[in-house]
Amino acid sequence: MNPYLPYSAVIDDIFVETEDGNLKTFRIVLENEEDRRNWTHRPGQFAMLSIAGKGEIPIGIASSPTEKGHLLFTVNRAGVVTTALHKMNVGDPIGVRGPLGNGFPVDSELKGKNIVIIAGGFAFTTLRATLIYMLEHRGDYENITVIYGARTPGMLLYKDELKQWQERDDLNVYITVDREAPGWDGLVGFVPTIAGQVKPSPENAAALICGPPIMIKFTMPPLEEVGWRNDQVYLSLENRMKCAIGICGHCNVGPVYVCKDGPVFTRAEVQRLPVEF
Amino acid sequence: MKPLVLEKEQAGHWLKGLCNNFDIFAPLPTDKGYSDWQKWDGGDLFDVAKGVPKSSIKTFFFPQPEVLFQFNARASAPDAFRLREPKCQDKPRILFGVRPCDARSVVLNSMPYEEDPYFQKRIQETFIVGFLCREGCSTCFCKWTGGSPTGTEGMDVAAIDLGQVLYVEILSDKGKRLVGNGFFRSPTKDEETEAKDFVEKAKGQALDQDVASILRSKGLMHLYDAPFWNSVSEPCINCGTCTFLCPTCYCFDIQDETLRGKGRRIRYWDSCMFPLFTQHASGHNPRGDKLKRVRNRFMHKLKYFPDRFGPISCVGCGRCVRDCPVNIDIRQVLRSLLEI
Repeated sequence: MNPYLPYSAVIDDIFVETEDGNLKTFRIVLENEEDRRNWTHRPGQFAMLSIAGKGEIPIGIASSPTEKGHLLFTVNRAGVVTTALHKMNVGDPIGVRGPLGNGFPVDSELKGKNIVIIAGGFAFTTLRATLIYMLEHRGDYENITVIYGARTPGMLLYKDELKQWQERDDLNVYITVDREAPGWDGLVGFVPTIAGQVKPSPENAAALICGPPIMIKFTMPPLEEVGWRNDQVYLSLENRMKCAIGICGHCNVGPVYVCKDGPVFTRAEVQRLPVEF
Repeated sequence: MKPLVLEKEQAGHWLKGLCNNFDIFAPLPTDKGYSDWQKWDGGDLFDVAKGVPKSSIKTFFFPQPEVLFQFNARASAPDAFRLREPKCQDKPRILFGVRPCDARSVVLNSMPYEEDPYFQKRIQETFIVGFLCREGCSTCFCKWTGGSPTGTEGMDVAAIDLGQVLYVEILSDKGKRLVGNGFFRSPTKDEETEAKDFVEKAKGQALDQDVASILRSKGLMHLYDAPFWNSVSEPCINCGTCTFLCPTCYCFDIQDETLRGKGRRIRYWDSCMFPLFTQHASGHNPRGDKLKRVRNRFMHKLKYFPDRFGPISCVGCGRCVRDCPVNIDIRQVLRSLLEI
């Protein structure tokens, strides 16, 4: 098997997620029925999206493996390939190489734990996959808390689902925006501030945190104040990637490859590495 | 297998006989004043095998570029933008006159490339006829890196130049395929003694410390935070010469190209010495300054790679020492890391 060869797939649907139009979710279906049936991944894993003639990009898989038949990728328009992708239409061909990386340990370390999901901005994608997976296996986890923030209400991802999750009684959901906005009657404040107010207990718990580095930096002190340790906190790193299978050398952080050994690391693991991400 | 002997005047005949099935490459003189890898044209081979040729043999395993896939780039075509693997038309190759350092580099590079089908296919189709070294250059330091001037790692056939004859050992099944014809004879007693002396002499000069295990035992951040990285990196002009000449620098970029309706996805040599190597689409760059990039190259070879695979990712060929325009010397960096 050639690990550089993507599965052939088509774009099945496109949703514009944010008010600035810069984030779109692409629903992608593998062409071959057998590939579709055999596809499985762990929440937190990523795939290389391949647009022949433009190149490949590593994107976290936003769908849960329990959502059968298709894959979701929420993509920010930033570089050459993502810009090309944003111009594509339903029915256009695309390649998918994956699943890649390790993902969150949803079937091992996280089982039986209280789960705290903290996300900022568009880094919510693989945490959406994780949350959906956990809700499908609700009995495997204790309390689940979600703290999610964006700059404005219009910049929140997955708005319909956020509403549904807020209505569930087996889930504690805190959605916040940076400042007051017309029509917004929810929480206002940065994610670290809300985390400080929620004060999730570190007892038999694990936190999964994805967001801009500055958000992660300021979210840690309020957690540490109530007793969280670095080995209870899972982060997902990003670096430039080419091969995504641990050979090409682009994504290394010291001796580890984000693509192969990560992208998910505990904060304790990250702190033993150079800050090259 | 028992060693064999080939009269040098027979060597040309032997290799010509192999030309039907193989392309033969050797380090041959160029008009630029140095020897470099070129396709053998049937000429003299034995004034070439002195020192280390200008470039390494990585180009035979990791060509510039490797075409990973081809595709039709006309949007109206039924197979538009479908990637297909190219058919490799290359004949198997013999690399004649490979030095122990370069042969060993193939073994080291195979470790990260274990699951890379392109690289592994080229290894299967490349036959290495090595030449052991009688004397090193001023820039050679293979013994520091776990190698030896008489090391045979990575070779299919190892030859010792005894003046009139080549004393030849066959080291693999691939090697057997090359020497299976009638040009070889058994060595005389004198030739055996001479070959043994040759190897013993090199052994006598071996280094008594295992550099890789010393470096593995040192703390990652202790080496990363060492005080000398600033002075090591200061003269660097980010030219990348070290990377391109290095037999064990194996990082690559992948890019898509289209021209007149034909497209291909290629990979080619890249260097962690270049700022774009790590730059995110957002503009953020985890190794945005020179110190971090220079440190990464040395740390990868001397700490990250040994931590992952065991040996250091340097074979001591000395090409980077010889051709660095600002005289950055990996031997000095290695000494500093061992001492700290």
